[in-house]
Amino acid sequence: MFERHKVTLLAALAAIFVVSRFSGDIGPYYYQIILFIGINIILAVSLNLVNGYTGQFSLGHAGFMSVGAYAAATFTNYASVHWLGMLKPLGSFVSVSLLFGIALGLGGLAAGLAGVLVGIPSLRLKGDYLAIVTLGFGEIIKVVIENVDALGGARGLSVYAVYTNLFWVYAAATVTIYVVLNIVHSTYGRGFVMVRDDEIAAEAMGINTTKYKVLAFSLAAFFAGIAGGLYAHLTQYINPEGFNFLKSVDIVTMVILGGMGSTWGVVFAAVILTILPEWLRWLSERPFLPHWLAPLLENRMIPYSLLLILLMLLRPQGLFGRISFKRKHA
Amino acid sequence: MSEPLLELRDVTVRFGGLKAVSDFNFCVHRRELAGLIGPNGAGKTTIFNLITGVYRPTSGTICFEGKSVGGKKPYLITKRGIARTFQNIRLFGSMTVFDNVRAAFNMHLRHGIQHALWRGKGLAAEEAQIEQQVGELLEIFHLQDVRDATCTSLSYGDQRRLEIVRALATRPKLILLDEPAAGMNPTEKTELMELIRFVQEKFEIAVLLVEHDMRVVMGICQRIAAVDYGVKIAEGNPSEIKCDPAVIRAYLGVEDTATESETSK
Amino acid sequence: MIEFVQQLINGLSLGAIYALIALGYTMVYGVLRFINFAHGDVFMVGAFAGLYVAPLVMRFSNGGPSWTGMFVILIFAMMICAILGIVIEKLAYRPLRNRPRLTVLITAIGVSLFLENFGQYAFGVDPQSFPDLIGDHAIDIPAWCGPFTDLTIMVSQVLVFAVTLFLLIALRFIVTKTKLGTAMRALSVNPTATSLMGVNNDVVISFTFGLGSALAGAAGILISIQQPSIDPLMGLQPGIKAFVAAVLGGIGNIPGAAMGGLLLGVIETLVVGYSDVLHIPPGYRDAVAFFLLILILLFKPTGLLGRVEREKV
Repeated sequence: MFERHKVTLLAALAAIFVVSRFSGDIGPYYYQIILFIGINIILAVSLNLVNGYTGQFSLGHAGFMSVGAYAAATFTNYASVHWLGMLKPLGSFVSVSLLFGIALGLGGLAAGLAGVLVGIPSLRLKGDYLAIVTLGFGEIIKVVIENVDALGGARGLSVYAVYTNLFWVYAAATVTIYVVLNIVHSTYGRGFVMVRDDEIAAEAMGINTTKYKVLAFSLAAFFAGIAGGLYAHLTQYINPEGFNFLKSVDIVTMVILGGMGSTWGVVFAAVILTILPEWLRWLSERPFLPHWLAPLLENRMIPYSLLLILLMLLRPQGLFGRISFKRKHA
Repeated sequence: MSEPLLELRDVTVRFGGLKAVSDFNFCVHRRELAGLIGPNGAGKTTIFNLITGVYRPTSGTICFEGKSVGGKKPYLITKRGIARTFQNIRLFGSMTVFDNVRAAFNMHLRHGIQHALWRGKGLAAEEAQIEQQVGELLEIFHLQDVRDATCTSLSYGDQRRLEIVRALATRPKLILLDEPAAGMNPTEKTELMELIRFVQEKFEIAVLLVEHDMRVVMGICQRIAAVDYGVKIAEGNPSEIKCDPAVIRAYLGVEDTATESETSK
Repeated sequence: MIEFVQQLINGLSLGAIYALIALGYTMVYGVLRFINFAHGDVFMVGAFAGLYVAPLVMRFSNGGPSWTGMFVILIFAMMICAILGIVIEKLAYRPLRNRPRLTVLITAIGVSLFLENFGQYAFGVDPQSFPDLIGDHAIDIPAWCGPFTDLTIMVSQVLVFAVTLFLLIALRFIVTKTKLGTAMRALSVNPTATSLMGVNNDVVISFTFGLGSALAGAAGILISIQQPSIDPLMGLQPGIKAFVAAVLGGIGNIPGAAMGGLLLGVIETLVVGYSDVLHIPPGYRDAVAFFLLILILLFKPTGLLGRVEREKV
């Protein structure tokens, strides 16, 4: 419960700020991994709100990430060239932070808006159909970006500078976790779980289920957009292929492994599944490995897909999930 | 009696080519205990679904407290003051007994999502008040001992009672009970009858009941409508319904004297 | 006008492929109420099965094209895919028979990803060339057809039409006139009642998977004859599009799937063919299917020929 207090939030942010001052001592390889972990936490925790707590299966989360990434990158590319000079008197730290903050915010809002636009028509559908439609929207977003030259099309887009650092990523992750936990554990937020457990009963309890579903969807999209913006300003280059269906499956896998409906479980899963491919790659380079095994580990999708299948067969509730998967639901 | 609380006028609903309910006329008055009976598939649950907005009537009007509710979304109808239970119990499976009842208070919340993030004094006070009210309700219905149990771990009879408590927690003026006695043994049924009478008196609400068990229906209902093939075939108090020939025919069938005399010709 | 007929022919040829794959989706959905995400990859395996067995078969024709050889390869690929489909069902889907549909959907995604990536490991990532099995060329259209002589109709296109038609008729026969086919239809309506009638549901389900997968395998060979470059990820786009086709026709409805496949093939080809008139850049080709999907799910989710299934409240 204390994790939901404003005080805890502020303390966490302060701690992250302090830690980030020392982050120069970490090697660049590990630094990147740590940042990716944070970005994946934001993605997984936000998707968990939709898939885990509200029970709506979305397979297009990467699409919202890409909207945020492109929106933020476009703003930065424009603003850094035109306005950074004007802001110089404020000092480089303030001017960059301001610019980046606005970029991220715009990315989040754009993605959130996309979430509303996609959510309203899609959320009438259930189960399999909703999954396919969200997948479809993700693909449509990708195809649109590929065909817009101003966004770089299929060739991709370079981003003006690397603004992402440890503080930004983990501050955003902390805020995401704070928001999701607080929403879900309020009486109002219980509406999400009601929608998941039994939509018809929820409506009979006076819950506007459409409003709840769209709200969860767009809020999750907002955070995915922020994650996208952070990602763009870390890799300094984005292209549509990086936000494809596989990326959405990656995020969904984290939610499933963590246990749908358990925010901390999903955080844990995000950490593990970010490190796993790196570990597999390291493993595949070990000399003691039989030579045919190496390529099977290098392509992380092979062990990944087997993991998915095994998870569903043996422990569909994930590591920390609490929903029962025994019987077919109504 | 005063103006009816709930009024259905010439309500018809079609699914594809099938007329599930035809020209149904019925009303329920304030604090009245009414019943709906009929063979399986007669359309009783369909009528419930029409009243609560799950289905939209093809024609006819449904008015609650004088205002039309036909075709409105279910959550809006609940907000107007009509609550219901379901034929196949629909509890929130992942939640405890306490939380299931607490869920009903959602629609009356004054603190929304922004307050959930800010977590100020107002929110805490409202949540505390809700918790107190839930606790009281559970006490009245003897469920306070299992308040922290997952609702699916309760016995069938207790689950039904919980569903009724949850519906009551929405502070309705009319409650619809869909086959509340299904699957119960005679003792449980007697307890249920007392429960329903108690609910009606203490909470001063109207009750509309769909039920197959005649002892339950005749025992507590003040007025009954009989339905067959989507059409109302009789209406009246229990003794009138008991002797109504149309009702008897619907439930028991008719002796086929016509063909007998034909073949003997 | 001729242009339009040409596009139509190309579209139908593409649509026939979609139809064959769509049938698998629709049959499995009808019987199990779930979308077999891995179906598109079975199609890919069919193509590769053909690739690997072709050198063996073509030895009999001294490495040259041969119609008999092609049919042997076709039947071989269909058998391999049927077995693959049955094995996948037994290992990955059957244990989850009583779990929520979502669990199986995720498993299917896992199987699909596994097939694609293991395929990349086993067959190599780069596209490979499929041998010319029938010596494909454009048909000489006789002069008395008038303006239609300008049309380009490939032998492979005629083959695709003929094989698809034959398989559709065979499927109809199986579904309506055989015991297994009738059991399939019964299962799609009410599994409990069907098993109470003495039917072994597991056998019927395996049969359904085998049948659908065999059709996908046939599609794999047919498309490889038309477009001889194959790679382990070739099942992705056609798979999704065939699924859209199945939904278009009404998921669970067999004639619907065939119709949906042909319709989608034609629409997609027309949109690309008339892209300048429609002001839709040809790069949006793959989005057409998704766009159609969203339209259908929003306005007529049961598809053109499907039935409404109401949830009992």
